[in-house]
Amino acid sequence: MANTLFDKIWDAHVVSSIAGGQDVFYIDRHLIHEVTSPQAFDELGARGLPLFRRAQMVATADHNVPTRNQHLPIADPLSRSQVDKLTENCQKYGVELFGLGHQRQGIVHVIGPELGLTQPGMSIVCGDSHTSTHGAFGAIAFGIGTSQVAQVMASQCLLLSRPRRMRITVDGQLRPGVTAKDLILYIIAQLGTGGATGYFVEYAGEAVRSLSMEGRMTVCNMSIEMGARGGLIAPDQTTFAYLQGRPYAPQAERWPQALAYWQTLYTDEEAEFDAEVRYDAADIEPMITYGTNPGMGLALRTPIPLTVAEGETAGFHKALQYMGFQPGESLLGKQISHVFIGSCTNSRIEDLRTVAAYVRGRQKAPHVEAIIVPGSKAVEQQARAEGLDQVLAAAGFELREPGCSACLAMNEDKIPAGAYCVSTSNRNFEGRQGPGARTLLASPLVAAITAVEGRLVDVAALLEIISRTEPAGTVAVSA
Amino acid sequence: MEKFAILRSGAVPLPAENVDTDQIIPARFLKATSREGFGENLFRDWRYQPDGQPRPDFVLNNPRYAGQILLAGKNFGCGSSREHAAWALYDAGFRVVISSYFADIFRGNALNNGLLPLQVSEAVLQRLLAEVEREPGTGFIVDLARQVLFVPVWEENIAFDIDPYKKECLLHGYDDIDFLVNQQAAIAAYEQQRVWAY
Repeated sequence: MANTLFDKIWDAHVVSSIAGGQDVFYIDRHLIHEVTSPQAFDELGARGLPLFRRAQMVATADHNVPTRNQHLPIADPLSRSQVDKLTENCQKYGVELFGLGHQRQGIVHVIGPELGLTQPGMSIVCGDSHTSTHGAFGAIAFGIGTSQVAQVMASQCLLLSRPRRMRITVDGQLRPGVTAKDLILYIIAQLGTGGATGYFVEYAGEAVRSLSMEGRMTVCNMSIEMGARGGLIAPDQTTFAYLQGRPYAPQAERWPQALAYWQTLYTDEEAEFDAEVRYDAADIEPMITYGTNPGMGLALRTPIPLTVAEGETAGFHKALQYMGFQPGESLLGKQISHVFIGSCTNSRIEDLRTVAAYVRGRQKAPHVEAIIVPGSKAVEQQARAEGLDQVLAAAGFELREPGCSACLAMNEDKIPAGAYCVSTSNRNFEGRQGPGARTLLASPLVAAITAVEGRLVDVAALLEIISRTEPAGTVAVSA
Repeated sequence: MEKFAILRSGAVPLPAENVDTDQIIPARFLKATSREGFGENLFRDWRYQPDGQPRPDFVLNNPRYAGQILLAGKNFGCGSSREHAAWALYDAGFRVVISSYFADIFRGNALNNGLLPLQVSEAVLQRLLAEVEREPGTGFIVDLARQVLFVPVWEENIAFDIDPYKKECLLHGYDDIDFLVNQQAAIAAYEQQRVWAY
């Protein structure tokens, strides 16, 4: 029978099905961090239960860590106690921990792939909604709540009903200067912030196939921002080449065995989806968000709409009021005071290279505060090895130490109330980057250009001019 | 988890759509390592000024409205997977959230904590919101066993769907962990027959 990629992987993980349609669904890899795990460990302790399969768990500290002076004790006592609690729990239960200061520490969704912990065909969960990132490898990966974290700890399984399947196909090639982030912001703007609720999405088509693994991760990462349970991309040569030789990837004779299985992971020709949408890559321009959910996005040079569909008017006006924008207004020329490059969406080496390639020989605008927070220790070290730290420093960008940082502003990296921040992160909710902060989501390239210009500019037009006046390679166009 | 049977209560209207979990409980309040005490920061930045003074225009600060039911606009609970959002609502006294649809992760988290996500059509939601705004004292009866929301003032029963397994869990106060731990032998057998790719 013709099957979707999603169904092939799902079926392989069903331990049993119970009356009422739920499946006992097996979890291959369980990633944990300091914010959503302590109550789950407590639950286990209160019930006197052991960890069922601790070897399938990996922990890191990311959400609540400082991005400066990580070698010093964490100043905030509550943050410190949460990070200490993770260390204590991991020691007590024997869970592998890449804690603060560890060479493998970083944002959970950056280190999983980087270490080869994330592999095609796996089921992967984490108490974090951006777990969908790992779907880039052809895995079923999704975020769970803390009660479910405890369930996986106790049984390596979850009780789940199978989501519906949606395929999003993007035909053709992205234009120069249009990146994976623009692609996903475009899709979310088309479908809306709840448009894929109840679905698991497969991304397909030439534009998706042409993306690097970093770009695919950016796309899958934001699946949750349109309500999808997760998103995945069929593994291919790009995936296998990325994984080969990584510390936790199959080694020696295990590699060809794994590869043989992974090559069966694709959607059959005749397979049917519950919903299908199709876009043309040529229609996608550099994107930005103007409102307070990720669905409120548009091409940077397009004005904010004058009106929206009936029933959505109240939310539209509330969002614009929060953002300090007017209906019908153009965003071009808006002064921006903060630029944040980081988060599980865009903090990988390719993102840092994109930024460095653009800012090399340029300077950020004097009034802009621009910070770059690498996704992991490995990304940070790679950036230093390539000399990107020097390029960024010379341009006035501050390269920090790894963590979630100003994406959710749990640590001290906050955007001041009322300030505009062009951010490569994934959410522009009210107060997400600090109480009163105003977030505009964009790609690393748009963020870098904005930092240099100090205001929002017509990126597509600017890149066109640069390509005619500067030697090739000035703008490394990330996939 | 506490059992959920029948709830008689008034409702608090929050018609805003796409209420994300960052609004329900902002990230800076997620530093606790226990489940308790999140209620005081429920809807923190909508409910209080930066100086801690209540914002008089926010519904939770309006003495006209009270009850254990939150009536919320569509796509309630989108965004982060933080279960702290469900804990905060429960801790603040809510036992039911009525909306025309819920974000998936929030729905699961609510069910795992004895907080009933009750889904109605958009048309019914708008009628309910209008009714409560017109008459803040309007009472409702949520009968989980019969899967009906009774609106006495309309003399009308509104049926709602719920996964049959989750319904049993709520009615009896069971949670998935009990069930799954009992499946460990079957899970171990699955692991034995599984062809491992890694």
